[in-house]
Amino acid sequence: MTQERDDLMGRHTHRVLTDILSPRPSRRGFLQKAAALSTTILWPSSRGEAQAHTEAPYTPVFFTRDEYRLLEQACECLLPEDENGPGAQTLRVVPFIDHQMQTPYGHGARWYMHPPFQSGPPELGYQLPYSPRELYRTALHFLEHYCQKTYQKTFISLSRAQQEDILTLLEHNTLTLGDIPGVVFFEQLRSNTLEGAFSDPLYGGNHRMQGWIMLGFPGARADFMDWINQHGKAYPFGPVSIPIPHTERG
Amino acid sequence: MTSSSPNIPPSHTDVLIVGAGWAGSIMAKELTEAGLSVTILERGHEHKTAVEGAYPDSIDELRGSVRKRLFQDLSRNSLTIRHTLNQTALPYRQLSAFLPGEGVGGAGLHWSGCQFRATKDDLRLRSVTIERYGHRFIPEDMHLQDYGVTYEELEPYFDKAEKIFGTSGEAHSVNKHITGKGNVFAPDRSDHFPLPPLADTFSGEKFRQACSDVGFHPYSIPAANASQPYTNPYGCQMGPCNFCGYCSGYDCYLYSKASPNVNILPALRPHPRFTLITEAQVLRINLTKDRKHATGATYIDLNTQQENTISADLVILSAFQLYNVHLMLLSGIGQPYDPAKQTGTVGRNFFYQTITSSRIWLPKNQYTNQFIGAGGAGVAIDDFNHPGFDRGPLGFIGGSPIWVNQAGIKPIAAATAGGGKNRPRWGSTYKHDMIETYKHSLSIDAHGSNMTYRDTYLDLDPTWKNVYGQPLLRMTFTWKENDIRMNRYIVEQLKPIAHAMGATRADFNMLEPGQLFDSRFYQTTHLGGGAVMGDNPQTSALNRYLQSWDVSNVFVIGSNAFPQGMGYNPTGLVAALAYWSAHHIRTRYLSSPGPLVPAL
Repeated sequence: MTQERDDLMGRHTHRVLTDILSPRPSRRGFLQKAAALSTTILWPSSRGEAQAHTEAPYTPVFFTRDEYRLLEQACECLLPEDENGPGAQTLRVVPFIDHQMQTPYGHGARWYMHPPFQSGPPELGYQLPYSPRELYRTALHFLEHYCQKTYQKTFISLSRAQQEDILTLLEHNTLTLGDIPGVVFFEQLRSNTLEGAFSDPLYGGNHRMQGWIMLGFPGARADFMDWINQHGKAYPFGPVSIPIPHTERG
Repeated sequence: MTSSSPNIPPSHTDVLIVGAGWAGSIMAKELTEAGLSVTILERGHEHKTAVEGAYPDSIDELRGSVRKRLFQDLSRNSLTIRHTLNQTALPYRQLSAFLPGEGVGGAGLHWSGCQFRATKDDLRLRSVTIERYGHRFIPEDMHLQDYGVTYEELEPYFDKAEKIFGTSGEAHSVNKHITGKGNVFAPDRSDHFPLPPLADTFSGEKFRQACSDVGFHPYSIPAANASQPYTNPYGCQMGPCNFCGYCSGYDCYLYSKASPNVNILPALRPHPRFTLITEAQVLRINLTKDRKHATGATYIDLNTQQENTISADLVILSAFQLYNVHLMLLSGIGQPYDPAKQTGTVGRNFFYQTITSSRIWLPKNQYTNQFIGAGGAGVAIDDFNHPGFDRGPLGFIGGSPIWVNQAGIKPIAAATAGGGKNRPRWGSTYKHDMIETYKHSLSIDAHGSNMTYRDTYLDLDPTWKNVYGQPLLRMTFTWKENDIRMNRYIVEQLKPIAHAMGATRADFNMLEPGQLFDSRFYQTTHLGGGAVMGDNPQTSALNRYLQSWDVSNVFVIGSNAFPQGMGYNPTGLVAALAYWSAHHIRTRYLSSPGPLVPAL
């Protein structure tokens, strides 16, 4: 299982790094395809195999077991399963975040990370020396420390109401995690949670496109020629996702 | 990529251009047409729409606008930001408030497509303000200036740019004849738009009707998103836009959004006198000892990490506003601006755009389908932006179009924005609000001007460096009272429109008195000034042909040349200024190189 997942993500990382080098259809072929788009159905049946890989319980690669369980509950607080639709756990948000920690993004590869690091007014933006990986690792450590000190319990042993209280303290920046202002970690976690819920299933979250279905977003259809203006009617078609190209399937 | 490219760096080129965005591509096309050899050095990667823009991989919000595939890699070079002169500027470590492009096409590959001309007054703002309201109307610390070029002079170049871009729109007045339902406040044109306007989305239609009901004058935003198939004068082809919603932040898979990659480079790439070198970071423009003449440029080949120097007779900086100014400062072109002494011009007059987005909610039987859209699609009013709008009693300079510009909102962006002002940002109530907001709301923007001031400027940072060991650019900038007051007045004017649209709820968002510029949240990428054009070398780095007053074989093309901001998006004016400058290089400079305007 782990091997299969690694392969899936390995392929993806490979794509990100090399996609400008990979061969693509000619423009002529492309235009023919574009012309045919309105009648081409891109249901994600071709991705069934890849999705089947992810039916088994997920084993985190970057996060420790304890970090992973904490995140599962924290993300579910942010995006709970309720009458509106699925929550973070059903949508596989934390596996998504674990994957992201293994990409260049997780390493802060495109951030300006040159010293000196100096704090300033919040309006001047992020000034910590931490990549997303380091931010999670450090913040989660101090978050557990806070739970132990305050409640003599781990985060996951707290009641949902207590967990929500902690997230509220972070959101309002009244709790600091080591040298990380609570709000900085809160916004990182909220952003990554929403990315996991609503990005293309290609990245491991938004399981079975349930996030998109909940929102009424039609995914990668990308052709609304007949729907530019239907005078306020709801768009009628469900979502489609990006298929994993044949050449990159296992 | 480059190592296998046929584009071998020459040791000498007639024209050396820094940056392969709109300005660089236009200048390269014009100057190869003039018979010159032209080399573009581009810091980023090659971008070919047929490859990276292909469906469906480009229809990916995470990889596109969230992880910022087409934007600048800050790990190599960034800038620092502070609000006031006595503050320590801190690095812009994560792309957030503004998103410079990187790679072939530059910001012209990921832009939306709103393509405006300037108003007549935008170009003569100091003169018209004094004519109407007197000197005293101008706040003491405001650097209000004229461009040194008029609308009438630029009109042929606006027209040319629209024909190259395949702009969709509707004229009001063509050759002094009222012709259609275009912007009644727009100045006369020599020709129609090359394509008819894009269709209105549901949100645009509602806004259009409501504006008419209230007594305003709605028009279709001029859009560089093709409403029909189009072949431009270079023979480059565009397909019709299908409102897929992936314009801003993306490379258009349908070849519908104008970009240098689609509208110019296909005609330029095969040219035997044209060379494009990617992954080539220019470190400095080389000057003679007296700093009056450029001899070429030194760049670092990012694949080999080797420095290389190319000599050139003519140098064009077109590296995006910020980096044009950065290169001038690093190279010693002109004198850096000093805000205390009020001397020097390079870095002077930096400005931004005062955009605020308000949101209204419609009844639940009306779906706005916000994922449908096009970058330049929408309906605007200029009732508070046009020259005749009387600012006198209001006491501010500038103005703002108001528009509904449904460009296609994707789900991560919608979820991040959530359910509106002062609503929960997580939990069940958040989820409910966010879903309702995505289905039934729309945004209305006040996209306003921003003036320039004594202490809004660019210089070199004393502390932080880029990976090449050079000082970062430093931005000193915050919102000022004139512009905050303008924005607040404009947003008040949204209220009757929102009411006429049948809003069940509204968030009217405006700048607050004393509000600081916040680099954490996206505003726009409409940065400007810092190397401005004008008639006076004491207050402008460039003459009216965008030629450096100090180094006459250097031309600096971009929104850096605007002396202050306007209510419109900058690209239409950048393109017109590029064609204007190129015309004067071709017809006057080449036969007699030297200053096109004698210094005073």
